[in-house]
This record gives sequence, C-alpha cells and structure tokens, in this order.
Amino acid sequence: MSNSNFSRRGVLKTGAIASAGLAVPTYLRADGHTGFTNAPADGGPVKFGFNVPQTGPYAEEGLDELRAQELAVEHLNGIGDGGLLNTFSEKNLDGTGILGHKVEFVTGDTQTKSDVARASAQSMIQKDGCIMINGGSSSGVAVAVQGLCQDAGVIFMAGLTHSNDTTGKDKKANGFRHFFNGYMSGAALGPVLEAEYGNERNAYHLTADYTWGWTQQESIQASTEALGWTTNQNVLTPVGAGDFSSYIAPVLNSGADTLILNHYGGDMVNSLTQAVQFGLKDKQVNGKDFTIIVPLYSELMAAGAGSNIQGVFGSMNWNWQLQDEGTKAFVKSFGEKFGFPPSGAAHTCYVQTLLYADAVTRAGTFNPCGVAEALEDFDFDGMGNGPTTYRGADHQCFKDVLVMKGTDNPTNQFDTLEIVEVTPRAQVEYEPDHPMFAGGDLGECNPGA
Amino acid sequence: MDDIILQILNGLDKGSAYALIALGLTLIFGTLGVVNFAHGALFLIGAFCSVSVSRLLSISFEMVDETQLDFLGNPLKVETPYVHAWFGPEMGASLIDWAVPIAILFAIPVMILVGFVMERGLIKHFYHRPHADQILVTFGLAIVIGEIVKANFGANPIPTPAPAAFAGAMDFGVMLGFEPNAIIYPIWRLVYFLFSMVIIAAVFVFLQFTTFGMVVRAGMADRETVGLLGIDIDKRFTFMFGLAAAVAGLAGVMYTPILSPNYNIGMDFLVLSFVVVVVGGMGSLPGAVLAGFMLGILQSFASMNEVKSILPGIDQIIIYLVAIIILLTRPRGLMGRKGVMEE
Repeated sequence: MSNSNFSRRGVLKTGAIASAGLAVPTYLRADGHTGFTNAPADGGPVKFGFNVPQTGPYAEEGLDELRAQELAVEHLNGIGDGGLLNTFSEKNLDGTGILGHKVEFVTGDTQTKSDVARASAQSMIQKDGCIMINGGSSSGVAVAVQGLCQDAGVIFMAGLTHSNDTTGKDKKANGFRHFFNGYMSGAALGPVLEAEYGNERNAYHLTADYTWGWTQQESIQASTEALGWTTNQNVLTPVGAGDFSSYIAPVLNSGADTLILNHYGGDMVNSLTQAVQFGLKDKQVNGKDFTIIVPLYSELMAAGAGSNIQGVFGSMNWNWQLQDEGTKAFVKSFGEKFGFPPSGAAHTCYVQTLLYADAVTRAGTFNPCGVAEALEDFDFDGMGNGPTTYRGADHQCFKDVLVMKGTDNPTNQFDTLEIVEVTPRAQVEYEPDHPMFAGGDLGECNPGA
Repeated sequence: MDDIILQILNGLDKGSAYALIALGLTLIFGTLGVVNFAHGALFLIGAFCSVSVSRLLSISFEMVDETQLDFLGNPLKVETPYVHAWFGPEMGASLIDWAVPIAILFAIPVMILVGFVMERGLIKHFYHRPHADQILVTFGLAIVIGEIVKANFGANPIPTPAPAAFAGAMDFGVMLGFEPNAIIYPIWRLVYFLFSMVIIAAVFVFLQFTTFGMVVRAGMADRETVGLLGIDIDKRFTFMFGLAAAVAGLAGVMYTPILSPNYNIGMDFLVLSFVVVVVGGMGSLPGAVLAGFMLGILQSFASMNEVKSILPGIDQIIIYLVAIIILLTRPRGLMGRKGVMEE
C-alpha cells in the first residue's frame, strides 16, 4: 500500500485550473510581458499567417499568392536566390530571418467568404501565434480580416484587394495595402479609353454585388462619364453566378455600345466568355463596334478566358513582362521554382511579406505599432513597380499603374496580355479625403495584449 | 417582346441542364431509393471528360526554337500536337476543334463504368440505411471527387470551346419574323437544348418501349413482386444507375462550351437539381423534366432588370420561392405519385 498526497478533489481542482489556463487564447497569455500580441520568444521562430482562397471563385489567384508567400519566406530565411531582396532599395534583410528569428508560416483557406476568412485568421492568431496576417483575393474578405487584425493587435498586410473601401471607409491603423484600387484603375484607363474609343460611348455595367464591385463600378463610371460617356445601366450580379447569360441577354437590345464587366476571377472568365458567345464583340451599335472592357485584369483570368480576351482593355497592379530589374529578379526566382510566370496577386503578396519583414528590421521590434510607424510614409524602390510610397494617411501604396490589353496574336501560352501603357503614379494619386474614400478613420494602432 | 423571347431561350438551355441532371437523380431515386448527392459530381466528371479529351488530343511534343525565347530568356520550347504530325495540320486542327463532340463517345463508357463502380463499390452498402446516411455518404463522395479534380486540373475554369462551326451567335429573331439583330442567340446553346431533348426522348423511349424498360418500371412500382417472378431486378437497377450517370455525364460534356468547367461545377447544379426533383415530384420522370424547364425559364425572367427593379434580389430566390409555393399547394410536387417518400 502506498501513500499519496493526491486526493480526488485535489486532482480535479488542479485539472480544472490547468484546463482554464490552457483555454485562454494564446495572444492573451504568451509573452504578455512584451506588450504586444504573439511576440516571438527569444531565439524562437516568428510565424506568419497566409490566409488565401484555396477554394471558391478566386481560388486560382489564392493558390498563386500562396506560392509567392512560400517563396518570400524561403528568401527571408536565406533559401534560394534571394529574389527581390537583391533589388529592394532597402538592404536590411540578409537572409537570416527577421531580427534573428527564423520565419515560419501557417496557411488557411478563406473560401472567398468573409466569415470563413475571419475564423481562419482568428485561429492563426490565437492558436498558431501568428504575428502578421497576409492574403486576400477578395475585398470583402480583406476588409473583414483587416478589422479582425486591428482588434487582435496584429499587422494585416493585404494581398489582392482592389476595393476603394479597403483603404477608404474601412481603413485601419493595423492594415496596409500594396495593391492598387478601383479609383486608380479608372484614372489610368480613362485617357486610354478616350484615345481608343472616343467621347461618345454608352456603357452598360455588370457588377459583382459586393464592396469591390460597387467601388470599382463607381470609379469607372466617374472616370468614363468625365470623358463624356453615358451610363446605360448598372446591373448587380451575384458572386459565383456561373451562368451570366440572363444578365448579358438584356445588353443586346439596351442601346449600349460598351459592356464594362466589373467581375473578377472565375466570374470574369464566365461573363466575358458568355458575352462573346452572345456575339457582343461582333456587334455594331450606334454606328460603332461594340466593345467590352474588364477594368481589373489578372494573368490567371486571361488564361481562363482564352481567345475571348483578345483586344479587351483592362488594368493591372503589376505584370511579369515589365523590364525593370525588380520584375526580372522576381520572375526568374518564381519562374524557375514553379515553371510559369507569377501573377499580379502573387507579386503583391510576395512584396507585402518582404515589406513587413523590412519594416520590423528598421523598427527593431515586432511590436505592430513600431512596424506601422516604419511603414507609414515609407519610400522604396526595386520591387517591380518603380518608386513607391506607403502613404501614412490611409496606408495605401502609390505607384505606377499598368493599362493592359488582351494580346491579339498570342505566340505562346503566357502571351495573353500586353502592356499598353505604364500610367505614371502622379496620374492616379488622390487626396486622402477624396469623396470615394471618405467616411473612414484609421484610428489608433493596436499592439494587442 | 424580343427580350421575353431571349429570356425564354436562356431559360431553355439552363432548364435543359437542370432537366438532365434531375432526370438522372429521379431515375436513381425511383429505382434504388437512394438520395444521391454525388449526382452533381457525375455532371462534373462528364465535364472533365470533355476537358480530358481536349487535352489528350492536344498532347504535344516539344522542339526547341533557338530563334525565340521563353519568359525566362531560355530558348523557347515550341509544342506541336501529335495529331498534327500524324494526320496533317488540317485534320489535326479539326480533331482538336471537335474535342467536345468527340468527348461524347469517350464519356458514355466512362460514365457507365463510373456509375457502376459508384453503385457497386459504395452506394449499395447504404440501401437499407436511413436517407440521412445516404445523403452524408454521397455528399462526402462528391466533395472527394471535386477535390481530386482540383488536384489534377487546378481551381480555375478551363476554357473548352465549341467547334468553330458552332461558335458565335445566330440571328434567331429573323427566323421568327423580327427585325434583324433583335434576337441574337449563341448557336451552341441551341445545340445544347436540342441535344438534351434527344437524350430525354431516348430515356423515355427506352423505359417505355423496351422489355428492359418495362421490367425496370415494374420494379420501380413493386420491387418485391418483380423479384418473386424470378427477375434479378437489382442487376437492372445497377444498370439504371449507370444510365443515370451517363445522362448526367453527357449533360456535363455538352455544357463545357457554355460554362468553362472548374472543380465546383457539379455542386453549382446539384442543389438546384434537387429542388427541381422535389418540385417535379419525387420519383416522377416527366415531373423532373417539366420542373427543370419551368424553373430554368423562371430563373431567367427573374434576372431581367425590369423584374429586379421591382423585386431586388428575386433572381437569387426565385427557384426556392416557387418550390415553397408549389409544395404548399401540391405537397407531392407537380407530378408526384402518392406513396413515394411518404412512409
């Protein structure tokens, strides 16, 4: 018979207290002494959360973002050729991680749904201890996750999000966007459309029914009406509708001579393909050739749309065909690893990851408020977009914008889009209180715990 | 008037897809009593038969062209399809161009085999289990099939165009006496509608005018009595599962030029097709076809700007709204029979 100091009640009490302790979210207990959420332990790794759509209508963009994010982590940890670290104007990152911490990451599938994306990001912060969340491909998702990161006290480096609202009415102090926005697309496209199609056009908009579609449509309508174009109708369409024929058929006899597709990803592939099937590209209205415009392009969409995209104008944040040293370095690094050129979505996520790492190094801390301060009004170059500024007033990057056109005679599978014009940054800049961006407040940086 | 005719045409091609899928669902439910949530996956497999044939015909050999560079600055590898080398450039190009119709020949045996494997390998083990179990296992199977397709073909829609002879649109209005260009409609969508009519008619003729079909119908009405007559009705029902799979697969093959397929295309149609089956009446083949076309047309009309301006968002709920109204007024659906799904 042995003696024991454990009583049944004692074990239960201890177990209950231990369970309660374990149940407290990581970000409320771990390293709370450092004063910010998910501070990395001395000498331990630092963890990023890559929250992208791996299923749903924007899945292909999300999967390409993930490739680029993994590549960025490799470069930060000194694996591979270093990519854009070689051309970035700042030279603080040397391939040894960040401030001596090796970089690790976890991934999540947003499914292009705001609630799923929030749950995924929350798990990354609370369960996995992520200090920065990067990703997107839908502005609805980006706005939702940005709000969550603000509340949790981590930095959100947005991926592909093009809605004006992300750095407009929904901007947050902990959120930063490198990607361009709907206003910039309109400002870049306007003069090119005027030169190509003149001042007398009647435009019919089909618009994805969520924040990105609404703000892009508003921006493009303002831009084209400034040219003298009239707007026939704006019809909201559900995301992921698949068959858009019942929305396209009314365009035929509407009197419109231009169809503007404010769709993205799989939706854009379907709506453009179906518009071409209905003979819109071969139609003549008001004595003019009917034309189709897709204000926001991606290479993946262009590949999906096949020959339907030929001659169709749009805009991009970045394209692999640019000839600056940064673009060449990134295309080489990504292309050699994956066997095809990176998309614009991949580029922005890669750049955001490096920009965050660099800001931490310059700030000398992972504290989100220190990082945010280092990113605000930060000027940099060598990332493939020319001289760029992260404006402190709204956390929006300002840089050149590309006007693109579907290649008329593609020579290979990657030859889907051609660069028509690199619109200078000055042409797409706007004041922080511009009406299309009004109503929001950055608020105060939140370091969390 | 021309807008109305356009929306009717739109509804007919959408309704054709609903009707074909719902027809297969009803066949399986009527014969085997299984609520098959993997039926959308059969549509998906059919669609990817089309993609696969297109890719098979485009398999190429590479030749390095030193005069051109790829995106990394290396000499460009130019790909030439084997069919060009074997049959000459013109014949080779024609074969690739006609990939979708050719895929029909490929899809029929593949889909019958898939149906047979699905029924014998998994679903037969759930015949005597509750419908909830059947729904869960078949829904899980649909997710697995979708993920396998995604892993092999990616998540992006894959363009699979119709043959050049059927590409573009035709002036349908002129045939009806309207002004030129009043009713322009894509040729392939009309082809799809006619194709679905042929398939639906063939299924009805098979069930109505062949001995095999008569036995199947008898088995659907009274399985036990047919069994007592010494007929192995299970074998015939297994064949019917294969037939239903082939119908869903062919619907998928022919739909690819209308909607570039991705791994999720089956799920998009599945839920609506179930509503179609319920509205048509559980177990009623004519009901499934009638409800498919009716709901397709109503959905198209609900998308018209004039309708949406009065009832915003109606295009999203019209099918479910109609289903509620019909089930409230006719609980067995449009053509449902007494006693089916009522025990």
